[in-house]
Amino acid sequence: MAKLLIRNGRVIDPASGLDKVADVFIKDGRIAAVGERLEAPGAERFDASGRIVAPGFIDMHVHLREPGFEHAETIETGSRAAAAGGFTSVCCMPNTQPVNDCATVTNYIVERARLTAAVNVFPIGAITKNSAGEALAAIGAMKEAGAVAISDDGNPVMNARVMRRAMEFAKAFDLPVINHCEDLNLSAGGDMHEGFESVRLGLRGIPSASEDVMVARDLLLAQITGARYHVAHISTRRSVQMVAQAKAQGLPVTCEVTPHHFSLSDSDMPPYDSAYKMKPPLRAGKDVAELLDGIASGTVDCIATDHAPHPGSEKMQEFERCPFGIIGLETAVGLALEKLVRTGMITLTRMIEMFTVNPARILRLDRGTLAPGAPGDVTILDLKCEWTYDANRSYSKSKNTPFDGRTFQGGPIATIVSGAVVWRRDQG
Amino acid sequence: MTKGLLGIEGLERIEIEQILDRAKDFQPLEHQPFKRLDTLRGKMVVNLFFEASTRTRTSFEIAAKRLGADAISITASGSSVSKGESLVDTLTTLAAMRPDAIIMRHSASGAPHFLARHLPTPIINAGDGTHEHPTQALLDARTILDHRESLEGLRVAIIGDIAHSRVARSNIHLMSKFGVDLVLCGPPSLLPRELGEIAPNVSLTYDIREAIRDADVIMMLRVQLERQHEAAFPATEYFQFYGLRLEHLGLAKPNAIVMHPGPINRGREISSEVADSQSSVILNQVENGVAVRMAVLEKILRD
Repeated sequence: MAKLLIRNGRVIDPASGLDKVADVFIKDGRIAAVGERLEAPGAERFDASGRIVAPGFIDMHVHLREPGFEHAETIETGSRAAAAGGFTSVCCMPNTQPVNDCATVTNYIVERARLTAAVNVFPIGAITKNSAGEALAAIGAMKEAGAVAISDDGNPVMNARVMRRAMEFAKAFDLPVINHCEDLNLSAGGDMHEGFESVRLGLRGIPSASEDVMVARDLLLAQITGARYHVAHISTRRSVQMVAQAKAQGLPVTCEVTPHHFSLSDSDMPPYDSAYKMKPPLRAGKDVAELLDGIASGTVDCIATDHAPHPGSEKMQEFERCPFGIIGLETAVGLALEKLVRTGMITLTRMIEMFTVNPARILRLDRGTLAPGAPGDVTILDLKCEWTYDANRSYSKSKNTPFDGRTFQGGPIATIVSGAVVWRRDQG
Repeated sequence: MTKGLLGIEGLERIEIEQILDRAKDFQPLEHQPFKRLDTLRGKMVVNLFFEASTRTRTSFEIAAKRLGADAISITASGSSVSKGESLVDTLTTLAAMRPDAIIMRHSASGAPHFLARHLPTPIINAGDGTHEHPTQALLDARTILDHRESLEGLRVAIIGDIAHSRVARSNIHLMSKFGVDLVLCGPPSLLPRELGEIAPNVSLTYDIREAIRDADVIMMLRVQLERQHEAAFPATEYFQFYGLRLEHLGLAKPNAIVMHPGPINRGREISSEVADSQSSVILNQVENGVAVRMAVLEKILRD
C-alpha cells in the first residue's frame, strides 16, 4: 500500500497532547510515525508548511439519505461533501427508508459505504423499530453489524418507559444513546423558535421548553439507568445548564452543538427564508450566548453538523410546508474557526478536540488521534486562506444552506483517509 | 414602497399618509352615478385567493375596475393548485401572462414574501396566514380618520385572538407609527407577551374592561377557529369574558367607535346589539375598503 509523508506542518493532536512542527508518516493506511525530518523513501509527499495537521475530523451527526431518499443525497455524494468539509468520518442517522433498525439495513449501509464512500461511514442504529417509539430495535445485532450508537433522531422517543428500557439495553452493548430532544406535543405545528421573531412573523413557534422538557427527562433516566447518554444538537440555554449540572454530578452525559446553532439566531433569518428552517430551530440570542459559553467551558463536547439534505423543490415552498434541515458538512470547520477560534472563545487545539478525540471517545472509535498505529486519517487546515462557499458547487446533492455565498477565512484544505488524499481545495 | 405591498411593518409613515389622503379623494366617487376613472386603463391585475374571502376579493376587484384596470379573480379550488402544482409554479405561470400586479391571499404566513423574491411582478398582500393584512389596516385607519381629526394620541383597544390575527399585526404596526396608545386584549393563550415588543406604545391586558376604559376606538377581532390548532381557550367561556357587550361601551370615551374586520360572529366576540349600534362603524370599514384599495393600486400600478 502507498506511503504518504505530510511534511513540515504544525501537528496538533489533542489526544496525545502534541503541538509542534513535524512530519507525519502514514504507511499501510495507518500512522507510522510523527517526528521531525522523517525519512520516508518512496513515499508520496504533501507539503504542509504553514498549515495545521490534525487528526481526521469526525462528524457524529449526518443524514446521508441512503437507502430510500437518494434524490436528496447518497452515501457517495454525502461522503464527498464530508471530505470537502475536512471530515474523514461521518456517522449517519437511521431515518432512512427503510429505517436502520436491524442488521440487514446496517449491513447494507456498511456495504454501500465500502463501495461508494469517500470517507469512513459509521451507521447509527434506531432505538425503536421503524423509529416508531414503541418496540426496541435489534440493537445488539446492529452493533455487531457496525452501528456505533443508537438514536431515533427526528422522531424522539416520547414514551419515557421505552426510553428507560432502551438506555438499560444499550448498556449491554456499551452503546451511547443519542436523543434529538423535542417534546412533540409542545412543538407540534411549530416552524421556528417561539419568541419575538415568530410572533412578529406570524409563524407558529417551537418553544425552548420542548427541548428542555425532554433533556430533563432523559437526564433523570440516565441517572437511574447509568446509560451513556448524548444530547444531539443542543440548542437552548436551559438544556446546556442541565447538561452542565449532570456532568458535575458525574453522569456519563455528553452533548453536541451544530455550527448553525452557535453561528446564527432566529433574528438572522431573512423573512420566511426556508434555508434557515431546521430542527431544533435557530434560537434566541441568549441561547446562542449560552451555547458559546458551554463550548468554552467544556460542557459541550463536540461539534456535529446535522447535515440534512433536502432537494431544492422541497425547500421552494411556503415556509410552513418546507421540510426542516440544512446541509452543513462543507461549512462547519469554516464557521467554527470564525465564530469560536478567531473570536478567542476557544483555542485551536480545543476546536480540534471537539472535532476529533471527543466524538471518537463518545462513540468508542479507534481514531481521532495521530498516535502511531491509529488509522491514517488526517485533516489539513489553512488558517489564512480566504474562500467563498458556493452551494451550487457543493458535492452534496442538495443546496439548502443559509451560508451560500459566505466568505470564510480559514478552513480545511485537504482531507486524507487511510493515507489517501480524498479531497484538496486547490483541486476542487 | 418599491414594488408591491407586502405589509405595513416596512412602510414609512409618509407612505401611509399618502395612501390615506388619496383614499379620501376617492371616497366621494362611491356616491356618484358614474363611478369609473381611467387612471389605470390598460392595466391588468390578477386576484389570486387561496383562501375564502368575500369582502377583500370583491373590494379589490371593484377598486381595480373603478380605476379602469382589468381584474381577473382566481380562487384556489378549480385552479391548477388543486392538481398539485406548487405555489411558485402557479405564480410563475401567471406572471408569464404579464399582469401588472398580483393580489394574493394565502393561508401561509410569508407566502407573498417568498414569491416576491422569485417573481418580477409586484405582489399585493391581501392577507398572509397569521402575519399581515396591510390593506385592512389602511382602511381601518381611514375609517378612524373619518371620525377623528388625527390618530395621534388616540387610545385604541384591539380585543380578541391577537396571536392568530393578521389584522391585528398590521394595525399594530400602522397605529404605532402614528403615536396611537394601543392596548391589546385577549386570553393569555391568544396574547403572547412578545406582541408588546413588536412596536412602540403597545400594552397588553387580559381584562376586557381595562382595555376598553377610556378607549376612543374598540376594535374587535374574529375568533379564528380555523387557525387555532387546539383549544387555546374554552369556546363557551369566550363571549362571557372577551365578547363585547353593550354594558362595556359605558367604560369607553363618549362617542367611541366600534370596529370589526368582519365577518362577524354575532354572540361570539360581539353582541348583536353592539354590532348594530350607533357606535358601530363596521359598514364604513367595508365602504372604505374600496377607496383605500384604489389608492394602493394606483400607487403601485401608475408609472
